[in-house]
Amino acid sequence: MKTNTLKLIKYQLRDVMRSRWVIFYLAFFILVTDALFRFGGSGDRVILSLMNVVLLVIPLVSIMLGTMYVYNSREYTELMLSQPVKRGEMFSALFAGLMLPLSVTVAAGIALPFIWNGVLISHLAALGYLIGTAIILTTIFSALAFMIALLTEDKIKGLGLAVVMWLFFAVIYDGLILVVIYMFSDYPLQQPVLVMSMLNPLDLARIALLIEFEASTLMGFTGALFQRFLGSTGGLLTIAGVLMLWISLPLAWGARRFVSKDF
Amino acid sequence: MKNLKKRILLLLSLLLVLSVSLLASDREIRVESSIQLAIDQSEPGDVIIIPAGVYEESGITIETARIILRGEDGAVIDGMKGGAHIIVIKADSVQVEGLTIRNTGLSHVRDLSAVRVESASGVIIRDNVFEDSMFSVYLSRAKDSLVERNRISGGGDRESNSGNGIHLFDTERITVRENQIHHHRDGIYLEFAKEVRITDNIATDNRRYGLHYMFSRDSEYSRNEFRRNNAGVAVMYSQEVDMSGNIFADNVGPASYGILLKDIDNSLISNNRFLNNTIGIYSEGSNGVQIEKNLFERNGWAVKIWANSTRNVFTDNAFIDNTFDVATNSRQHYNTFERNYWSRYDGYDLEGDGIGDVPHRPVRLYSIIVERNPISLILHRSLFIDVLDLAERVMPALTPETLVDEYPLMKSPLP
Repeated sequence: MKTNTLKLIKYQLRDVMRSRWVIFYLAFFILVTDALFRFGGSGDRVILSLMNVVLLVIPLVSIMLGTMYVYNSREYTELMLSQPVKRGEMFSALFAGLMLPLSVTVAAGIALPFIWNGVLISHLAALGYLIGTAIILTTIFSALAFMIALLTEDKIKGLGLAVVMWLFFAVIYDGLILVVIYMFSDYPLQQPVLVMSMLNPLDLARIALLIEFEASTLMGFTGALFQRFLGSTGGLLTIAGVLMLWISLPLAWGARRFVSKDF
Repeated sequence: MKNLKKRILLLLSLLLVLSVSLLASDREIRVESSIQLAIDQSEPGDVIIIPAGVYEESGITIETARIILRGEDGAVIDGMKGGAHIIVIKADSVQVEGLTIRNTGLSHVRDLSAVRVESASGVIIRDNVFEDSMFSVYLSRAKDSLVERNRISGGGDRESNSGNGIHLFDTERITVRENQIHHHRDGIYLEFAKEVRITDNIATDNRRYGLHYMFSRDSEYSRNEFRRNNAGVAVMYSQEVDMSGNIFADNVGPASYGILLKDIDNSLISNNRFLNNTIGIYSEGSNGVQIEKNLFERNGWAVKIWANSTRNVFTDNAFIDNTFDVATNSRQHYNTFERNYWSRYDGYDLEGDGIGDVPHRPVRLYSIIVERNPISLILHRSLFIDVLDLAERVMPALTPETLVDEYPLMKSPLP
């Protein structure tokens, strides 16, 4: 069974490599990171700027590419499922075939310019943290892409849904938080707002990065309260736990759907 | 010109003190067992040599003028936490140098000090090491004195059970220079001081302020370094303060500032560097302050200026990678921002004269949102906030209309 999955992943990877988007994606990250170095940034400043890129680009690309990928693999999936291949194996292979190249591309695209600018070792910890967050975001939004693509057969509808979902997590949700903050400004809001932010994977990743890279701002008046909770071991474990939920829940739903789906 | 005159006067008076004390040192007394005994036997002009060893004494009182208390290497005066001042200077032109002085103990009633100067002038305290004392150097009603090259570390682990490193109360013409002060409540504390110069000191890790400056006038602090102090530096209720060439770094915390300005008039803040502080300059009720050629880099808020601050001028500063460059609490605003460099500036310079063609508005809408609802800080770096900021920049509705840099620089004016 293991060998089946591995074999399938191998085919998927070969397929992905043949299509050019991975190359573009890699080139994009290398170009951006290297440009940030060229515009006079030190390693620290580059990481700070990359933070924005990671939070903006990765969810968008992962969810869009992911949705397209599942739709495009449909015929191949049907063919494979007519063979003695378990559906669970096929699902794992499909997901790995998307998530692995995306993650490796992001990691390489960010890390390579650090290597040839000679600051990899001095920024290893910070870079690891950033890349780790980037990979988690990639995984979550790939999982969401699978969910969308399995939800509807209609490609256009699916892609539209992907855009809306990204907009929701990246923009609308934060707008809602702000509305809540303004509407209930007379009440103690720290905990509700904290919980609300926790429910959005993008906010969670953003806050995890802020704690690490921009603590001086967060240490302001209210920020100290967040810092106390989120900066503690318990807080970081909570963040990690919720992020894991954000990966496993869509995947579990997707897998169940995939197994029972009538292709 | 006025300032120069003062400086010369100060220098002359210091020289006078020095020369007088040099001329008069005619006799040497070596301490055998008790320092107090040696002092009691001394006459003006004597040098009292303290050989190496630990002297468990406190309440040493000096009432003989012009004597020099000089420690040889390894001379330690230990107050044994006895709850008394260790050395009290009540006579003019006394020098204390080369000693290690420690352990005053703690009192909630008296300000226990390792060296205390009471109503004396021409005192010099130099090259000493102070350890674990409530107050290390305490000058009360002193004049024309010098505190230099001391290494001072405080005792106590909280604000409430420690005192200040160098404490100046009602003093005139004092120079404090090249001292290192850490783990006190306030590194250097001034109250009712006149013509005091504080230069080249390093104050780090103090429980409250690195420098605490109250009700003083006509004074200067420059080329000092203030790092990781719990609340940074506070300058309050003072006039004509010259603050130049200092470094304010890593003062991070819920109430932590590079400089806290409260009711400051007609002062100068120039050539300082503010790095990685929660708030670089916090200004409340300050008027006519010239803020020029400073670097603000990677601060949470570079400048937080309340609407009750007026006639302040910000020019030739560089604001680089701060979360908020300028924050304020009102749309009314009577300060000037001109010819600063803003790393956030996205205008262009067609003529190539180094000045951006589009005015820059340094107050982000988001900073106003955070001001009203501090909790919205959790949305920092959200795309939604960027969209809001952009909309506001295109059509300002909430940010102060008049807080504009009409001539933003394209390049940092600082080396």
